[in-house]
Amino acid sequence: MTLKGIVHKYSKDNIDTDVILPGPYLKIHDHGELSKHAMEGIDADFSNKVSKGDFILAGTNFGCGSSREHAPIALSHSGISAVLAPSFARIFYRNCVDGGYLLPLEIERSTLEQVSDGDTLEIEIENNQIHDNTNGKNFSISPFPPLIKKIIDSGGLMYYKE
Amino acid sequence: MNITEKIIARASGRNSVSPGDVVFANVDKLMIHDVSGPGVIKVFEEWAKKGIDLEKVWNADRVWIAEDHFVPSADRISAENITKLTNWAEKYGIKKHFKYGLGQYGICHTLSHEEALVLPGEFYIGGDSHTNTTGALGALAVGLGHTDIAYAMMHGRIWLKVPETILFKLIGKKPAHIMAKDIILKIISDIGTDGANYKAMEFAGNAVREMSMEERLTLTNMTTEAGAKNGIIEPDAVTDAYINERTSEIYKPILGDDPHYLEEFTFEIDNLEPIVAKPFSPENAAVARELQSIEVDKAYIGSCTGAKLEDLRSAARILKGKKVKIRTEVLPAAQSIYLKALKEGLIDIFMEAGAVVGPPTCGACCGAHMGILAKDEVCVSTTNRNFPGRMGHIESQTYLASPLVVAASAIKGKITDPRDVSK
Repeated sequence: MTLKGIVHKYSKDNIDTDVILPGPYLKIHDHGELSKHAMEGIDADFSNKVSKGDFILAGTNFGCGSSREHAPIALSHSGISAVLAPSFARIFYRNCVDGGYLLPLEIERSTLEQVSDGDTLEIEIENNQIHDNTNGKNFSISPFPPLIKKIIDSGGLMYYKE
Repeated sequence: MNITEKIIARASGRNSVSPGDVVFANVDKLMIHDVSGPGVIKVFEEWAKKGIDLEKVWNADRVWIAEDHFVPSADRISAENITKLTNWAEKYGIKKHFKYGLGQYGICHTLSHEEALVLPGEFYIGGDSHTNTTGALGALAVGLGHTDIAYAMMHGRIWLKVPETILFKLIGKKPAHIMAKDIILKIISDIGTDGANYKAMEFAGNAVREMSMEERLTLTNMTTEAGAKNGIIEPDAVTDAYINERTSEIYKPILGDDPHYLEEFTFEIDNLEPIVAKPFSPENAAVARELQSIEVDKAYIGSCTGAKLEDLRSAARILKGKKVKIRTEVLPAAQSIYLKALKEGLIDIFMEAGAVVGPPTCGACCGAHMGILAKDEVCVSTTNRNFPGRMGHIESQTYLASPLVVAASAIKGKITDPRDVSK
């Protein structure tokens, strides 16, 4: 699987779910409607900027805070195919995978520094490789643990056979 | 194995497990509320479209439902979510549905212990991140998103990675002006909001053993704010007394056996000062007295973290015979706690001080409704999170503190150490 898209960079560490999808919208369960409010706490214009397949590049502990699955749903339905960060909060990570919404990709801290906002990336999931087409550099991603990989390949936990 | 590992081993039918093992474990109890519940229902609807048979859930007697985030119904959408949840519960025969306005109800985590819905040694999952709270009962309590909850609702099982465990030994004697909230804010400021990411936080030491169950629950509640998979305390006589007051159900407590830990920290609490977490992170701690120039617009005593009976008693101890200087809101965490507070005269104290007392709800804690903050407003709160926009406008500010500090601050209109309020 190869993903291609543009980077939307938010370098801050600890971008929490209240920022990704603010509390007042928790009553909403229409995925398209939720996507309009994605990242509203950090970038009110986010949903207009994103095209299908794009990436978020962010600091450590992305998605900390609440268990709201609304957060990965809003990102995914706004077009985001993967979030790249040095680390993820645990519930956000498993919500991304088990819901089959988008891929949480663990990168080195140095990758965060070397990739710029607006860069075009190609990500080869099978080889754990990132190619930055804008600056010509290559980076690696941490391989998925075996169960996570199987769930992703199944299309989410609901399609996974134990 | 430590207690977390032993519960996972039991629930996954293994003799032993080690940190890093990935297992499928059998769930003993499962909770949804009015935010995660509609998400679960949506997953069920998708399954139905794909022709998956959904005649019943794995075990309706082990599932319970709380109405807490958007009650009393904030608007048409939240009212319809409640209707949807009610119809769904009826369809699947889920009887433990704690409805707003119909007897006992309250914040899901508060009900878990107040009603002894979860017992020591059990594996409990909930569709809310503060599910960790219930670990104070000696259970493995883990918060999950609604797809995981829907999967478990169908299969009675869910995957888990066995976490590494960090042990926090609390020793010494807790001074009268210190609460568990101060201790856990201190711990989070030391280890950071990702200090226990993917890990278990276990609490031990004489200061934990001497703590009441409600104070222990404050410790485990806030483990979520350090990124922990679960917070846990080995059950003891305090646990047994608390549970036996609430249920006659038989349970099998699990204790650690030759336990090992990734790390061990010791905290001496004798000389701890009241702690406040400044905006915009629970790890952003300062001593309350260093913040006494900070003017506050509102004091909030509510949530699963800070509106249990002892939290209300502590606030009342400070507010008795005083007047609040800023608007002050008290929302007991469950109907049963509200009633006990009423009978003890605590509600009189709050109202005579000038505070408003509202119905149990998550409400303003998550910025949903029932008193959210305007731009530039400053709140001192007994709740658990103070991220940007958490309790209202993105440019509002929340200081997290113990009920003692929040009550003292309500009287002075500034962040105040409870020792600095005249008797």
